[in-house]
Amino acid sequence: MSDAILSARAPALAWARRYPALVALALLFLFDLAFTPHFVSWQTLNVNLTQVATIVIVAVGMTLVIATGGIDLSVGSLMAIAGALAPMIFMSPFGRAHPALGVALAFIVPVAVAGAFGFFNGWFITRFNVQPIVGTLILFIAGRGIGQVMTNGNLQVFKNPAFQFIGLGRVFGLPVQTLIMLALIAAAAWMLRRTLFGRQILAVGGNEKAARLAGVPIARVKRLVYTISGLTAGIAGLVVVAINSSSDANLVGLGMELDAIAAVAVGGTPFTGGQATVVGTLIGALIIQLLRYTLLANGVPDAAALVVKGAIIALAVWSQQRGRRAA
Amino acid sequence: MTSLAASSVPTRRRPASIGGLRVVLALAALVAFGALRYDHFLGAYNVFSVLRYNSMFALTSLGMTFVIMTGGIDLSVGATAAFASVVAAKLSPYGLLPGLAGGLAAGALVGAVNAFLISAARIQPFIATLAGMLMASGSGLLIAQNQSVSVSYDTAFIELGQGDILGVPTPAWIAAIAYLYGSVLLNLTPFGRRVLSVGGNEEAARLMGLSVERVTWGVYVQSGLLAGLAGVILAAQFGAGQPAEGVGWELFSIAAVVVGGTLLTGGEGSVMTTLVGVMLLGLIFNILNFENGMGWISLSAYWQSVIRGLFLMVVVIAGPVSRTKRS
Repeated sequence: MSDAILSARAPALAWARRYPALVALALLFLFDLAFTPHFVSWQTLNVNLTQVATIVIVAVGMTLVIATGGIDLSVGSLMAIAGALAPMIFMSPFGRAHPALGVALAFIVPVAVAGAFGFFNGWFITRFNVQPIVGTLILFIAGRGIGQVMTNGNLQVFKNPAFQFIGLGRVFGLPVQTLIMLALIAAAAWMLRRTLFGRQILAVGGNEKAARLAGVPIARVKRLVYTISGLTAGIAGLVVVAINSSSDANLVGLGMELDAIAAVAVGGTPFTGGQATVVGTLIGALIIQLLRYTLLANGVPDAAALVVKGAIIALAVWSQQRGRRAA
Repeated sequence: MTSLAASSVPTRRRPASIGGLRVVLALAALVAFGALRYDHFLGAYNVFSVLRYNSMFALTSLGMTFVIMTGGIDLSVGATAAFASVVAAKLSPYGLLPGLAGGLAAGALVGAVNAFLISAARIQPFIATLAGMLMASGSGLLIAQNQSVSVSYDTAFIELGQGDILGVPTPAWIAAIAYLYGSVLLNLTPFGRRVLSVGGNEEAARLMGLSVERVTWGVYVQSGLLAGLAGVILAAQFGAGQPAEGVGWELFSIAAVVVGGTLLTGGEGSVMTTLVGVMLLGLIFNILNFENGMGWISLSAYWQSVIRGLFLMVVVIAGPVSRTKRS
């Protein structure tokens, strides 16, 4: 936590050891500058930021959950539910009759529903004292089914510029979802550092028993972090269907739980809880994204990129643990 | 982590057998319901096709049971099965044994990578096997060049998936033998006792002079081998190695283990009740099919995941299974 001086002899090395994720990102970036054709372009930046945004949005909630020592496997399924709900709302007779209200509800209701499911996760885990991996496995399995049942497994195709602003719009030339991502990162980082709730999250993850004795409302803190995770998953679900101009409950958010967890892990938040870095999560997601882009842009097949991604995740976590042990 | 007082081995029998009785009763009730309600439910065709299909999940869940009993987790089983199905399909023109050996070797390789990452690099099992999953998936796609690989029908290889021995599907025999082996391994061998001690209290097991590393290698390589075997059956049953198959198998397997009453905290568990868990989750789909055939209701296949999720929820609430250990 504290910025202790690790080694007087080699401060640069010590710094690199403390922030291996940042070093890795910088190295990747330098490699791209030197070798990847057309790397320095507005388009490259846009492609990468657009693709990474949904993962980061989900990973912000996941970081908070992991900080309490938990995990949330249900995020991909909650994305599917939110993604299925939104078009159903603005394409309903009511939504067509009142376009503005329809679009507003298409933003609010799906995110609120995803948040409610997140609350259910937190309630279930604390009420029945269940391991988070089992507690959220329930909605991982059932959640996508709920989305599929709602839409009967059908693809919903739509064209609604007002709603799709969340995935296709631009503010100051930047994709909207990138701005949402940055806002969420800033809010979560501020919350973890500056608010009582943030400290309570870290206290619960660090030593639940001690936190209980110190009067931290453990169950309420946990319910709240899973609710936040549900909310961020809901937002990400909206972004994905807006980009695609269609919603397919079979596919929206598929495998997202593992992508988000990987970003958190590579970013340096330990799975044991009690420590968290939201900015690290952003860096972790950027590393995974830029790595894949670099490999694909240099002609490496997607399948091989998958193998490298696996190796990089293992390597990143390994080097962080070494750094932590050395510290 | 866990205190020394919460040591495991002597108290494991009672809770496991009570939970075990409950799931067996649940399975019996489900079978009785199906038999009374549907005409051909207990007919040879239905029984054998259910067994033939679910044998693959039975195998991955068996490996998962041992991993979970050590307090670990294996997210790579689905990707491993897919990778192994590709290798087995490629080798199937050379005959049954080369195909089988290739699939097993592929599985063992992934298991060894997992074990190395966990045991030597000291990465948490969740992240290590997530990396293993990506590497296995990428390797399968690379070898198969993103396509399914046809199995040779000139050799006996397909018998492993489509054949019968004494009128019973070969995959069902394979799964039965595997569970018999697993049961003996857990209950009658020193390795089984070591698995439970490591899961019950790793530190205590280490202090008693147990080689935790060896147990880790054992359970993860075994899980890889069993997932490889599932991949061989996959290729032989459907006539093709399928690099994109296996998505979500790992979480299905974890659910089966949980339903079977094995604790995710490690240190307790039973092999045969995992098999009951697999059959329970598998039968839900089967009964849904029959129910639709009756014509009274029309539930789409999407309901099966909703019902499976609800079922898992009931199991978690009803049993003391999967609760976090009291400290």
